[in-house]
Amino acid sequence: MKFAVIVFPGSNCDIDMYHAVKDELGAEVSYVWHHETSLEGFDGILLPGGFSYGDYLRSGAIARFSPIMDAVIKAAEEGKPVLGVCNGFQVLLEAGLLPGAMRRNENLKFICRSVELVVENNETIFSEGYKKDEEIKIPVAHGEGNYYCDPVTLEALTENNQIVFKYKENINGSVERIAGIVNKEGNVLGMMPHPERAVDELLGSKDGLTLFKSILSHWRERNAITS
Amino acid sequence: MQLLHEPSPQQIKDQKIYAEMGLTDEEFSLVESILGRLPNYTETGLFSVMWSEHCSYKNSKVLLKKFPTSGEKVLQGPGEGAGIIDIGDEQAVVFKIESHNHPSAIEPYQGAATGVGGIIRDVFSMGARPVAMLNSLRFGELQNPRVKYLFEEVVAGIAGYGNCIGIPTVGGEVQFDPCYEGNPLVNAMCVGLIDHKDIQKGQAKGVGNSVIYVGASTGRDGIHGATFASEELSEASEAKRPAVQVGDPFMEKLLMEACLEAVKNDALVGIQDMGAAGLTSSSAEMASKAGSGIEMDLDKVPQREKGMTPYEMMLSESQERMLLVVEAGREQEMIELFEKWGLMAVIVGRVTDDKKLRLVHKGDVVADVPVDALAEEAPVYHKPSSEPAYFREFQEKKDYRPAVEDFSRTLKGLLGQPTIASKEWVYDQYDYMVRTNTVVAPGSDAAVLRIRETDKALAMTTDCNSRYLYLDPYNGGKIAIAEAARNLVCSGAKPLGVTDCLNYGSPENPEIFWQLERSTDGLSEACEQLETPVIGGNVSLYNERSGAAVYPTPVIGMVGLIEQTEHITTQRFKKPGDLIYIVGEAGNDFGGSELQKMKEGSIFGHSPKIDMAVEKDRQEKVLEAIQGGTVASAHDMAEGGFLVALAESLFGTELGAEVKLTGDDVLAECFAETQSRYILTVSKEQQSRFENYIPEAVCIGEVTDEAQLKVLDSNGKPILQEQTVELEDIWRGAIPCLVKSKD
Amino acid sequence: MFEVKVYVSLKEGVLDPQGAAVQNSLHHLGYEGVEEVRIGKVMTLQIQGSREKVETEVKDMCEKLLANTVIEDYRYEIEEVVSQ
Repeated sequence: MKFAVIVFPGSNCDIDMYHAVKDELGAEVSYVWHHETSLEGFDGILLPGGFSYGDYLRSGAIARFSPIMDAVIKAAEEGKPVLGVCNGFQVLLEAGLLPGAMRRNENLKFICRSVELVVENNETIFSEGYKKDEEIKIPVAHGEGNYYCDPVTLEALTENNQIVFKYKENINGSVERIAGIVNKEGNVLGMMPHPERAVDELLGSKDGLTLFKSILSHWRERNAITS
Repeated sequence: MQLLHEPSPQQIKDQKIYAEMGLTDEEFSLVESILGRLPNYTETGLFSVMWSEHCSYKNSKVLLKKFPTSGEKVLQGPGEGAGIIDIGDEQAVVFKIESHNHPSAIEPYQGAATGVGGIIRDVFSMGARPVAMLNSLRFGELQNPRVKYLFEEVVAGIAGYGNCIGIPTVGGEVQFDPCYEGNPLVNAMCVGLIDHKDIQKGQAKGVGNSVIYVGASTGRDGIHGATFASEELSEASEAKRPAVQVGDPFMEKLLMEACLEAVKNDALVGIQDMGAAGLTSSSAEMASKAGSGIEMDLDKVPQREKGMTPYEMMLSESQERMLLVVEAGREQEMIELFEKWGLMAVIVGRVTDDKKLRLVHKGDVVADVPVDALAEEAPVYHKPSSEPAYFREFQEKKDYRPAVEDFSRTLKGLLGQPTIASKEWVYDQYDYMVRTNTVVAPGSDAAVLRIRETDKALAMTTDCNSRYLYLDPYNGGKIAIAEAARNLVCSGAKPLGVTDCLNYGSPENPEIFWQLERSTDGLSEACEQLETPVIGGNVSLYNERSGAAVYPTPVIGMVGLIEQTEHITTQRFKKPGDLIYIVGEAGNDFGGSELQKMKEGSIFGHSPKIDMAVEKDRQEKVLEAIQGGTVASAHDMAEGGFLVALAESLFGTELGAEVKLTGDDVLAECFAETQSRYILTVSKEQQSRFENYIPEAVCIGEVTDEAQLKVLDSNGKPILQEQTVELEDIWRGAIPCLVKSKD
Repeated sequence: MFEVKVYVSLKEGVLDPQGAAVQNSLHHLGYEGVEEVRIGKVMTLQIQGSREKVETEVKDMCEKLLANTVIEDYRYEIEEVVSQ
């Protein structure tokens, strides 16, 4: 399985994502510069955290118009796994691949710490390695992670089981403590916490590695069947 | 600031316009004799910024000479953007600390943010990738609403810049004291990693080579910032202040990535940041260091505002700009490289052989001055120095000894002092994990970062107890170095070297100059003894508000090497049953202590003493014991003394401790700030091996699984028993509570 | 030449934490009568073209980029100015 890490000007967790996949997961991975227009040959798309275009105007608002985004949308439509973390999640929201929007954290401050998440849905290709309701430890680092959606959207998210991760304690004011959601089809995940920062015991937690392993094992199963 | 008609050379002299720019009568005469004529307006500006304390160190140079600056591992000492120390495997660590005190006093968010931006550029201008940021902050007491505002905005500014550019802010310190009320200190340190082959120099070599300007365009912001930094703050400085510089971390991120790519290209001859005194200092210094000259066409300089004069362009301190010297004929390669990152790169001049800085504007030569005169020949002053009356008075006092009846209440009081209390409120706002190398996050004695693709790690810290320095600059200076090194040793590292940021009042005051003189003596001797050379730093004088100076505050940034990641040690207790040892005996050292400040509201008397031979011996033994794999946790005893350090070792765990003191002076054992002392825990299996490493270590108790702290005196009489959680709540809650409180 | 001012603010009903903090602070300063504070952005654009073209373009810009209509409302004012 070959992963692409999309690099926007101002992305800064691209390296972390790359190392998590290459060194800890042991899969193939390449950086793809935002000027590129094709993601041909990649099986999984990763949108890393950071401050694309300085987060000027709104987080993710400018990156969403990068040339590569058409290819990301196409990959999503083809059913390839697309994971957006932190700023990557914000880009997916701005691009309309996921519903809702981000506001500034309720306390108006950047929050960086390791937090506990609850696995709400373990039946996605991203979360099948976890147990339902499992509590996992993954760091957050964001100033605008206060997830918002209107009540109708929230109902749909709940009904379709699209809420994958919730914060155990509401750290930023998000609607329903939402930390990560998938699209209806289940192949696009956006989450504020950084699984790529929790892949090595030396740095405190390995709980994030399970997410990458889930993507890989699902891909292997599917490919074994189809080929 | 814009002048329609610049004064003539004669007017500059007759009306003493140079004085407004910060030059003295003698300095102006010196300029006149160097040039053999009167300088014009632009030239007067060039000299005024280059001869400011900030750029020339004219008042501190005589003292800085005392610092040991070499060593077998030093690859680059003071004089370049940042110093460099070898760490083996063809790699080196690059680091430097710098102040941004005055800008932060005026506009705290942007002042702090641009301070971070500046120090990052210093590090990547050496060719190194910045891997970590630290900071050292000093404010007045948080009860004051203006201080609260400064504190919140400075932290937000550091976070805003560092988080966006994606360099983890992994450590630092914050202290609160009334002497910083009108003049906060904001010192930022950057640490970078480099392969030996990529080391760059800021030199304009090779006649005919091109001078290329890259990064943001030039506006009128921060004109005369270097001069501003070299004056005392007063009510009038609000009006006189230059346009505030605004940081653009996104631009800097692109600039950093582009420059790190450029250093791999052999067309690059030299590179330097346009920091204080912007285009003037970068061009003059690069030429002076290379023994060459530079001619620039100012019409080519990218300008953000209309109608800028040569004076304004040369003195602008617009951020996120660099000056490059590139091999003639290969300019296009470089320009394309920067364009790939969406950045402007413009040829603005060329290297000459006449050792002059010559500026052309609209076809006229508007300045023509020797580069060495600007960069090297600022007058050097040895200011008069006199021992302050307060010092003699303190020295004659008897040793201070506080009266303590209730040990529990005293410990709780200390844990709630903002200087001791948890700084989580601060570092929660810093992304300290980005780039996933941070092994030990903020909150332990030192931060630790692994070095990818090796088994090594770097430990780093900033430290300075300025109260000791105020009471006794010489002793306090030694302690500042010793304590920074102790922090590193506790994390398992061997200290490599020092970067210092000397924050003092006005050197025109002989008593302040005396502080500077005595403390640099102490710092130098301690550096000699611990074999930690000073590889660079920064001097910030005139830290006064309305005549009141800050305490002498030489902030020490220190970096150490951890040979193997398994040596990494933290201050937290690890498991029940581990034995608690202390190294070092307590004495009656309460002068300048947290307890004295808390009980008396001020500090006075003698600072703690320090014996550098003992200090060094213990550091070596503790490090060997850690490297031998016998130590589970290590913490040095600092502000607040033993009980505070013991409590801190429990916080963040679910453990407790039961200890029995061994001496007769219970008060000193609990709260004195005697130097060179440690709390170490050791698993029972390692006990005998550990005791071989440190025979003088005294076992005083055990880590327990019941989360409470229990302390008995040497007769077995309980003097304190508290639930860990209760102590931890006080310690964690103090700063958020002060920040939230409505005056 | 037209000068266009675009005003973007959070939609009614979407919590504005910044506005709430400012409101709090104003109360603290004694301005008890302040019932609500909403914080938004003002963007000033200079655009060449006919008024009609500018109108449609600006609306488009707001929908596409300048505002996030999931949480933000926008309005704009267009004024003809003499170009310099």
